[in-house]
Amino acid sequence: MLRLPAKSAAAFLIIQKMIQAVTFKTKGINFREKAFRKTLTLSALVAVILLLAIFITLLLHSLPSIKALGAGFFFNKTWDPVTDDYGALPFLVGTLLTSFLALLISTPFSIAVSIFLGEYYKKGPVAGVFKNIIDLLAGIPSVIYGFWGLFVLVPVVRLLQLKLGIPPYGVGIFTSSIVLAIMILPFSVSLSRQVISMVPDDLKEAAYSLGATRFEVITKVILPYTRSGLFAGLLLALGRALGETMAVTMLIGNTHALPTGIFSPGNTMASVIANEFSEATGTVYTAALIEMGLFLFIVATVINILGKQIIKRFTV
Amino acid sequence: MKANHWKETGNSKAEIGRQIALRNRKNKWFKGVIIGATLLATVPLLLILFYIFKQGISALSWDFLVNLPKPVGETGGGVANALVGSILILLVSCIVAIPVGIIIGIYLSEATSSKLAYYCRLAVDVLQGIPSIVIGIIIYEWVVRPMGGFSAFSGSMALALMMLPAIIKSTEETLKLIPRTMKEAALALGVPYYKTMLKVILPTGLSGILTGVILSISRVIGETAPLLFTAFGSPFMTTDISKPMSSLPLIIFNYATSPYEDWHRLAWGASMLLILMILMLNIISKIIQRKWKVQF
Amino acid sequence: MESPILTVRNFNAFFGENQILKNINLDIAQHQVWAIMGPSGCGKTTFIRCINRMHELIANATASGSMQLNGEEVYDMNPVVLRRKVGMVFQRPNPFPTMSIYDNVIAGYLLNNIKLSKSQKDEIVETSLQRAALWREVSSTLHKKGTFLSGGQQQRLCIARALAMNPEILLLDEATSALDPVSTAKIEELIHELKKEYTILMVTHNMQQAARVSDNTAFFYLGELVEADSTKTIFTNPKHEKTQDYIRGHFG
Repeated sequence: MLRLPAKSAAAFLIIQKMIQAVTFKTKGINFREKAFRKTLTLSALVAVILLLAIFITLLLHSLPSIKALGAGFFFNKTWDPVTDDYGALPFLVGTLLTSFLALLISTPFSIAVSIFLGEYYKKGPVAGVFKNIIDLLAGIPSVIYGFWGLFVLVPVVRLLQLKLGIPPYGVGIFTSSIVLAIMILPFSVSLSRQVISMVPDDLKEAAYSLGATRFEVITKVILPYTRSGLFAGLLLALGRALGETMAVTMLIGNTHALPTGIFSPGNTMASVIANEFSEATGTVYTAALIEMGLFLFIVATVINILGKQIIKRFTV
Repeated sequence: MKANHWKETGNSKAEIGRQIALRNRKNKWFKGVIIGATLLATVPLLLILFYIFKQGISALSWDFLVNLPKPVGETGGGVANALVGSILILLVSCIVAIPVGIIIGIYLSEATSSKLAYYCRLAVDVLQGIPSIVIGIIIYEWVVRPMGGFSAFSGSMALALMMLPAIIKSTEETLKLIPRTMKEAALALGVPYYKTMLKVILPTGLSGILTGVILSISRVIGETAPLLFTAFGSPFMTTDISKPMSSLPLIIFNYATSPYEDWHRLAWGASMLLILMILMLNIISKIIQRKWKVQF
Repeated sequence: MESPILTVRNFNAFFGENQILKNINLDIAQHQVWAIMGPSGCGKTTFIRCINRMHELIANATASGSMQLNGEEVYDMNPVVLRRKVGMVFQRPNPFPTMSIYDNVIAGYLLNNIKLSKSQKDEIVETSLQRAALWREVSSTLHKKGTFLSGGQQQRLCIARALAMNPEILLLDEATSALDPVSTAKIEELIHELKKEYTILMVTHNMQQAARVSDNTAFFYLGELVEADSTKTIFTNPKHEKTQDYIRGHFG
């Protein structure tokens, strides 16, 4: 069956032996192997050290403010660089108001879209189109959202405010919350859609076989089953909202006063830092801004880790 | 004796019929609500894209791309320095972030259960969630202060920090998909481990890794906050990365919030340019995903 | 009498605390085909993976005892050098997906930066593919990627790749269990021819295959080498009860 020409086989063997004898590049292999493995381990260490360094830097540079102002920093509502009296309360309130309002506005839509993409239109051209639209929403830079909000949303809100008989600032908590809601929608949708589409078919089929309508299967089987996954999605969206800077800065009105209602102008911690950091003079002033940065870092990290833990427990 | 179940529950057949009809109506109504809400959620995107297109298209011209911004009061001018700045700052951050990100990604795909791997993954997750303005603060303290001033380089470092988690994650996930038997085939041929990773495994995962890189670029190209007090911005055209440099998102921010009509026009043009660049990057990444996909 | 190409003495292998191989003693003579058989979990795959030290790639894997390839102690050699002398073909065909068929065959040289002239490369590729009974089917499409071949062809490509390194011993780890019967038959035919040049150890759980193809058989059970003898003896007149039970199909 298989007959190799004898000449070729012999020639092959000679070449082989020659190659084996001469070109075994084994010198230095051990060194290069070790170097490669060490580089990998080192790089992982770099990541961990980087993070610790970030935290320590924030902490260290906030110290002047922590020492001077103490814990009352978060309850003081005056922000006066002239007298070096800094209180983050207005900005804390602004951050919380905008973020939670955005979450409130965004959640019904995010759940609806997640059900749309995770249950009704899982595959096919419709799914493709809407998935792309959501991805595009996530891809638009924050500053462009702010820009659009400034020229399109603000006049509309002004009209609304005139109708309601309140000062027509246009900018303010309400306007920022709307844009923020649009911005965080893709984040909660991407996670929620996944958990909804991963509900086991046999659970749904059991319900259908008992005569349930689709509406009932969704509300009584799917949503309860995916509860923790949906919650994690909202948590991650909240984390995103808390740290969002540019769009909010452009739409929130930038005052240091405590906001009195959802239509008043205000400020968030992130937008104060964005506006004042490069001109801040004096150690306490800068440290106060950095202290707010530290606060944002800690809150964002906690929410992020919490959300990821929930996801892990859900997918296991 | 057959029991009449319906009679026992006290509901007549008609009653049951009415209940079922109600449930069916609720079902249809619900689907309508879901579809309606979804359509409503997509309206903002259409509005934004439409508006940017409408305003931006009139600003785009050759002059727009190659001229520098003119002082207030004069018409015309362009965003050349911002365009060059964006590209240059990104280039430097890629040079830093891509190798580091890929190496950490390789580590995580190989060392799944060590303690270091656990803390490393945790660090990457946390890094991913840090607000962009805080990254700006960090780089300010680490790079701007020691350098004595704002610079494009510090802006690149800030963007590099933001690109890292995405590159690391996509590298790790891509490499994890490659079956172990590929590695074993190479090792069994007497190829040392480091060569196996670099010459067999990495090339096999190239399309996935490249996709991750391109997507991370498309995400940071529009970032403003980390550049606010690092690259800072500049009205001049410069390619010196040790000096402050302009960038598209920065000028959009500055011009949009200014009171000058002409600067608004520039900002719309820049916004359109930025969106086009982001769209192009996304399309390129999809093409790479499809065309360069390695079958195994 | 030629000295055996592989001598195994008091060999043990562990995964952490678990002992997988217990006190293995075996001599493999040249130009023979050995079937390594046994029920699942008996250690047969671990055994051959110890020969080219692939076993130790798994965390916590250790081994003790003596294993000599042509008189050289395997566990004293540089593993990279060792693996170039031992060829291995795996259960699932694994040609490198980014390389052409041509490059796949000489992958052992390419990846190790061993410089060959074009004519040397051509020679090795053609000879290896002929020995793997694949040459006629791919000689006109050598530049195409290896993954476009059928399963059986891919596996023969992997065999060619292993043969190109001119190994002293060829290890087949259930190399036909993922293939269809026609490809399996082709490869069994191949093994018949290959044993003129090479020594082959093949792990298989297919008793008929072992009976068809091998000269000798080693029967493993729960980590011990129960019996090792000519295939004829093992299948017609086994000396141990466990071997008998296995041949008769009394367990796995």
